[in-house]
Amino acid sequence: MRERVLRVALPVVVLALGLAIWEAVVRTWHIPPYVLPSPVLVWRTLVADWGLLWQSLLVTLTTTVEGFLLAAAGGIGLAVLFNQSRLVEYSLYPYAVILQVTPVIAIAPLLLVYLQQPTAVLVCAWIVAFFPVLANTTLGLNSVDRNLADLFALYGASRLDVLWNLKLPSALPYILAGLRIAGGLSLVGAVAAEIAAGSAGAGSGLAFRITESGYRLNIPRMFAALVLLSVTGVVIFYALALVNYLALRRWHESALHGER
Amino acid sequence: MASSSAPALRSSVALVALRGVAKTFANGTQALAGLDFEVRQGEFVSLVGPSGCGKSTALRIVAGLSEPTAGAVEWAERPDQAERRSRIGFVFQEPTLMPWANVRDNVRLPLKLAGAPGDAAASRVEAALERVGLETFAHAYPRELSGGMRMRVSIARALVTEPALLLMDEPFAALDEITRFALNDDLLRMWQALRTTIVFVTHSVFESVYLSSRIAVMSPRPGRVVTELAGEAPYPRGRDFRTSAEYAGLCRRASDALARAMAGGE
Repeated sequence: MRERVLRVALPVVVLALGLAIWEAVVRTWHIPPYVLPSPVLVWRTLVADWGLLWQSLLVTLTTTVEGFLLAAAGGIGLAVLFNQSRLVEYSLYPYAVILQVTPVIAIAPLLLVYLQQPTAVLVCAWIVAFFPVLANTTLGLNSVDRNLADLFALYGASRLDVLWNLKLPSALPYILAGLRIAGGLSLVGAVAAEIAAGSAGAGSGLAFRITESGYRLNIPRMFAALVLLSVTGVVIFYALALVNYLALRRWHESALHGER
Repeated sequence: MASSSAPALRSSVALVALRGVAKTFANGTQALAGLDFEVRQGEFVSLVGPSGCGKSTALRIVAGLSEPTAGAVEWAERPDQAERRSRIGFVFQEPTLMPWANVRDNVRLPLKLAGAPGDAAASRVEAALERVGLETFAHAYPRELSGGMRMRVSIARALVTEPALLLMDEPFAALDEITRFALNDDLLRMWQALRTTIVFVTHSVFESVYLSSRIAVMSPRPGRVVTELAGEAPYPRGRDFRTSAEYAGLCRRASDALARAMAGGE
């Protein structure tokens, strides 16, 4: 119990302390808000610009969630396909790697040439997020207990039986780990593409707001948008952690604690 | 309790026989060479040998999980694939349960894979769980059970198809002695009640003598059967047998046979 209180209380104390020092520094040296706005000003801006920022948040969040869902479907689907057919795996895997190692910020401008901006942003989110799902699912599908596999063979299980009743359940902890990474990366992809689209774009996502505010030297709004992005990332992370816990708590070591 | 003359009632018809079986793995390891081994209807036969002598490989070949590089596996009646599946139960050294499924679903697995209809399957699962004394744990998950209970689930799963042949690969090796003795007695009781045939792989001479109606002693790798001993003591066997002079004498004979096999003699 004391441990749990500390785990919540200590980060809060650090945050409060950090904000207090920040505020004090800005006030003591009279730093102008276009160089470094104080936390209080950032908060006021957040409240004042809430209507605008909220709309932007919704745009970015929608892209992120769509990118994440497509990455989950694509990553798991491709991993299953690779697992079922060596030929497909050998043919396509290198290109999945290439897609992953090429920085998305470099791909984004090109995509913006060929695709509508919302689509391009979505594709970027997908590109960044799908690979960890693919890699983790592949690892999970190959981590089946060999004796259990023998048992399925002994009882004449079909390929579908093995996939559905053995491989996918075995891979579930790995898949969920991949999804947790993908959730954060999907946001990164969406933001990178929005920034690449920049002021030329017709979009209105949070990252677009940041660039726009930068051009207008509206630094407090830049900070406010940044805060919203961080909070979004944290919420996504904990939402997926919760899904992970709920799915695995009955049986997997990673979700067990304290009961010994 | 079954009649004490049970072994005499069992036929000596071979259910399955390995003839001149050899197995060489891809990495060049020769696990078995010239293995002749017969499993007779209704018996409890143990395969005893030093670790690495190919006991498990022999069992996997009987189960059809591994193909011999030479020799043949002959069944008394030629079962087709589907039939063989329902005829063989296999218990691994580890309980080998699906951690994501509860006890009932683990035991139901062989029936599910065979496409058995729900109602019939449910009552058979019920019966199998009762047989191993776990009917109140149907909804527990494997991690919530002790090692001995997990092994009971594994045995219930192997028996749920009511197989003619039960293959067991050192199933109790990882258990403590108290649990092992209890499971030994339970296994004998189930064997007598179900009239199934059991092939039991172990490296423990004492366990094989306690359980078996026949003991086949294997040589070090490449393994083959060098001696066979009859487990002459009558069933049912219990605690009295475990502490009897007869048991001690049989253990000594089996130990000597194993020592000779290890030394390369006959």
